[in-house]
Amino acid sequence: MSFGLSRSSFEIGPATRAAFGDALAEAGANQDVVVIDGDVNNSTYTNKFKEKYPERFFNVGIAESNMVGVAAGLAAAGKIPVASSFSTFLLSNAFDQIRMSVAFPNLNVKLVGTHAGISIGEDGPSQMAIEDVALACAFPGMTVVVPADGPSTAIATHALIEREGPTFMRCGRPGVPLLYEPTSDFQIGKANTLRQGDDITIIANGIMVAMALDAAEGLASDGIQARVLDMHTVKPIDTDCIVKAANETRAIVVAEEHLAYGGLGSTVAMVVGEHRPTRMAFVDIGDTYATSGKPDELLEHYGLTPEAILDAARRVLKD
Amino acid sequence: MPQARTEERPELERLARTLRHHIVRSTTEAGSGHPSTSLSMVEVITVLYFGGVLRYDPQQPHHPDRDRFILSKGHGAPGLYAVLAEAGYFPVEDLMTLRQMGSPLEGHPNMRRLAGVEASTGSLGQGLSMGIGHAHAAGLDGSDFRTYVMTGDGEIEQGQVWEAAMHAGNKGLDNLTLIVDRNRHQQTDAVANVQPLDPLGAKFESFNWETRDIDGHSLDEVTEAFAWARGVAGRPQVIIARTIKGKGVSLLEKAQGKWHGKPIPKEEEAKALEEIGAGI
Repeated sequence: MSFGLSRSSFEIGPATRAAFGDALAEAGANQDVVVIDGDVNNSTYTNKFKEKYPERFFNVGIAESNMVGVAAGLAAAGKIPVASSFSTFLLSNAFDQIRMSVAFPNLNVKLVGTHAGISIGEDGPSQMAIEDVALACAFPGMTVVVPADGPSTAIATHALIEREGPTFMRCGRPGVPLLYEPTSDFQIGKANTLRQGDDITIIANGIMVAMALDAAEGLASDGIQARVLDMHTVKPIDTDCIVKAANETRAIVVAEEHLAYGGLGSTVAMVVGEHRPTRMAFVDIGDTYATSGKPDELLEHYGLTPEAILDAARRVLKD
Repeated sequence: MPQARTEERPELERLARTLRHHIVRSTTEAGSGHPSTSLSMVEVITVLYFGGVLRYDPQQPHHPDRDRFILSKGHGAPGLYAVLAEAGYFPVEDLMTLRQMGSPLEGHPNMRRLAGVEASTGSLGQGLSMGIGHAHAAGLDGSDFRTYVMTGDGEIEQGQVWEAAMHAGNKGLDNLTLIVDRNRHQQTDAVANVQPLDPLGAKFESFNWETRDIDGHSLDEVTEAFAWARGVAGRPQVIIARTIKGKGVSLLEKAQGKWHGKPIPKEEEAKALEEIGAGI
């Protein structure tokens, strides 16, 4: 029996970290782009940039605090630094450096955290960023993006480098279902409606988007038409798109590979609560750390599956 | 092109006294702030800005080839503001708005609100990493600008300082100079009672830095140390400036452990200014 990502009805494409690495190497054509690494470049795939532009690549060692500070200095001197490490080490270890050296002075630093969520699998909970979106959203002025697949990650990488101000992008370890084309319309801050429907809305990002689409198929066989939104940008959130969904459908399910607190679910609920109170349900990791295991086993165990989204949708529509 | 400002010795002495006046008056007016930690760094910043070291132009505060001074010990803000005002970045009378609502002279430096402030600091330990970023940018752009960073001595208990020291030494960033304001007191106690740092120079040397230990209140020794730093090739330099917390005001010097983060009371201000001597 297989679970989660491996039984998606979509073709499995590259990992979002791999798409990021390739896009970053392309973005290096801009001489201002510099890359800072915490000695994980063959995991984050910033090594693709390193091979092309070694003079603009700095491995500071396993020292995320210094990595972020150096990036801040480079940004203050007019460069476009991309600082990348595992998401949990980047956000948790260097939280104060991001706050003080990047966010507060509103410097043009591009933070990219890879190996996010429980889908990293066997390496276990110490390596799993499950609080990172909440932490990133906590900084005033920070743009926070959680792309769903390879092609959209590539577009987001270029868009974030062109965007002025501090940004955070979250990437994952495993290959993920392909949902976009390289030429798809994808704008920071604008949710993408991947499926139309007027009964219920499923809002997701990251690996949960493909699962939301599979869940919508399941709902269709019940005669329920689900709208599916890829809410890749958590901050600034696409308020208009959420309010429209709240107005036009009966309920909203939010699905994310993150803690229940402070991520996409909380952000969407804030918008819904203020503009158009609507019945909601949440699919996420809850309030716990995970364990080691195979990625699909973990996703099944912690309830990050199309079935979990389907169940949440049926439950919320019954109320 | 930014230029260094080179004043004669009597003028440097007058400017040092003037900075001390500003530090005492602005913090006493504000009713809060860190005069003692600002007073210990006065000779270093006086030489830096007026003794032919830092190349800057207040009319072009973001000129790409300016030298940088990053005050990592952000609570020394009253000292930084005093020197920036005398350097011409803003009117001297603005110093008396320190810490007031609406003033860009915030409790700790904010680079987005005040020209001349190179980094927003106040969470200790972060300035050296930012300085390394500037130093790398100079290398990438082929610019000869130099970056100076000042930390406190208690501040270097922060682990990030040593991450940064390791990196700068490894990369041989000879366009980077760190000044440690070695005033030997931190918030609650003497630094030696919290974390003995000695042998401090040897720690940096083991990370491939060149070190110099000086009397941080001697204008001659400070001047000589900056000249030495500019001449070092292939390695970053650290100037360990032995200083006295509260230097120039007997009330603070006599009880160095008791005045961290406290302004001089209004009734003691006149005596303090008299001790500092005629400056303004």
